[in-house]
Amino acid sequence: MTRQHTILYLDGVSVAFDGFKAINNLSLTLNKGEMRAIIGPNGAGKTTMMDIITGKTRPDAGEVFFDGQHDLTKLDEADIANLGIGRKFQKPTVFEMHTVEDNIALSLKGERGVFAALFDIRTADDQRRIDAILETVRLSARRGEKAAGLSHGQKQWLEIGMLLAQDPKLLLVDEPVAGMTDAETEETGRLLKEIAQTHSVIVVEHDMHFVRELGVKVTCLHEGSVLAQGTLDYVSADKRVIEVYLGR
Amino acid sequence: MITARILANGLDRRIAIFLAALVAIAIVVPALNLLLPPDNPLHVPTHVVALFGKYLCYALLALSLDLAWGFCGILSLGHGAFFALGGYAMGMYLMRQIGSRGVYGNPELPDFMVFLNWKELPWYWYGFDQFWFAAIMVLLVPGLLAFCFGWLAFRSRVTGVYLSIITQAMTYALLLAFFRNDMGFGGNNGLTDFKDILGFNVQSAGTRGALFAASALFLALGIAVTATVTRSKLGKLMVAVRDAESRTRFIGWRPERIKLFGFTLSAVMAGVAGALYVPQVGIINPSEFAPANSIEVVIWTAVGGRGTIVGPVIGAVLVNWAKSWFTVALPDMWLFALGALFVAVTLFLPRGIVGMWDQWRSGRKDRRAARGGSAEATVETPVVRAKSVSAPALDAAAPQPAE
Repeated sequence: MTRQHTILYLDGVSVAFDGFKAINNLSLTLNKGEMRAIIGPNGAGKTTMMDIITGKTRPDAGEVFFDGQHDLTKLDEADIANLGIGRKFQKPTVFEMHTVEDNIALSLKGERGVFAALFDIRTADDQRRIDAILETVRLSARRGEKAAGLSHGQKQWLEIGMLLAQDPKLLLVDEPVAGMTDAETEETGRLLKEIAQTHSVIVVEHDMHFVRELGVKVTCLHEGSVLAQGTLDYVSADKRVIEVYLGR
Repeated sequence: MITARILANGLDRRIAIFLAALVAIAIVVPALNLLLPPDNPLHVPTHVVALFGKYLCYALLALSLDLAWGFCGILSLGHGAFFALGGYAMGMYLMRQIGSRGVYGNPELPDFMVFLNWKELPWYWYGFDQFWFAAIMVLLVPGLLAFCFGWLAFRSRVTGVYLSIITQAMTYALLLAFFRNDMGFGGNNGLTDFKDILGFNVQSAGTRGALFAASALFLALGIAVTATVTRSKLGKLMVAVRDAESRTRFIGWRPERIKLFGFTLSAVMAGVAGALYVPQVGIINPSEFAPANSIEVVIWTAVGGRGTIVGPVIGAVLVNWAKSWFTVALPDMWLFALGALFVAVTLFLPRGIVGMWDQWRSGRKDRRAARGGSAEATVETPVVRAKSVSAPALDAAAPQPAE
């Protein structure tokens, strides 16, 4: 597959922390519009991979390209975010002191300068986009409340809404259903599938039931590189995957 | 229409009241001092005007720290440095105004330079004979220092306690530098013996009244600016950076720039406070750079309530008023009282006086809503409950250990 047709292209990426190879010659590509689930045991390098894609960690070796043309190893977090990569953290991170609506408003795609923010006036168009996103993430009814008052699951959704507000091309979603109730997990699955219709998405998740629900191609990482890749059934039948991750 | 909208909001109403009160005292206090005879019961003695003028400068300093600490999360333990630099800029103007009335009668050189046997004015004293130049320096010098310091610190992502320590080091370094005679700022003695400001005698009751009024009006301006900035989208971003810096970064903002703006604006406000302070107390010396001073500012702000706009103003006036009382009545006890106050506020009033007041009021409103408008509450509860009921086995849904 050529780089040009991918939304995300990692080739031979390695990074070590104090001699420990967190990512070891990792190659992975994601097609435009694809949703991919990433699984793997603790320490497999899933979060480090996201750190590399979003510019938090610089790889020691290898190529990382976004949309076929942007070399992500040369950009910082803010640049990468503005190119169109949204990242949801493992632990839901929202602006607790702000209202739900303000959380979305601050994330809304637009001019990112200090003075632009100082003199910013919310337009009717901004308001429409905020309303639409609140509707998508099922939080319209709580728009005026402080984000601190939301349940754990609702914070996860709010954070996903903040990513959507950035109008990204690619979303990196780290453990979206961790700590959610069954009902919330089910709703999150629907939400992600809805989002995947118009975005490329990478979901890191441990909940196998949830991954099955998503019904997408699965990549299993182990010790910083790809162990197996394919449908969930194919990957879970892989002997090595069973050994290191699923357990016998 | 805008005023109506501002007045509709409780928080803004408080600020509007505060601004109106400051404008009123800017007029009334000097008038009661100057127009009434001393035996009139409403007469405000001149020393009280001077004392409260000083408190107003401290209030502006506390407000400036609040912008950096309360809103941007930058706990500066060196804000006294910006205050002192603004004060020195004003002091240099006042020194040049002395002219040939100094002890040595040198029309060009301040007394301490003659004493040090200097022959000509150092280049960095040029221009300070002009008020407009000094006024620009009052804003520029603290602003530029904060900009350079902040640019280096925030870009390197120095945060939290490390940042606080280097702000403390900054003010201490300046303290040592200004102590040196060959720096050309009067060394240990600093700048004093001022005569005139803008052609008026600094000692006269009229000038004192005018300086008091100016302090009150600049404090009002500072409150208005802080309120406007913190209510803008940028102000919301400041709070966002304070609470979740990396989240802000990953949605495409540059937290270092947001913090740099807040820190620089804050330093400029502190500089203005220092410039108003110096003609009222009649001296500026290196002790203003002392780390303990900057820590006191943190206490005023904490007592009043950081992250609230009027809180630090109230805190600064109250604590300094207490200090004035203690240093007369129980001079040895003041530092113990200050320490006890800080411990008490940290333990019992973590949001400060104004923060607690807000919490109490919103709690009362909630309780009243729960009692009165129970219709709304009953609609809300089942929705929440429905979700938890549909998840009977929470433990089963719990995730495997996160990576």
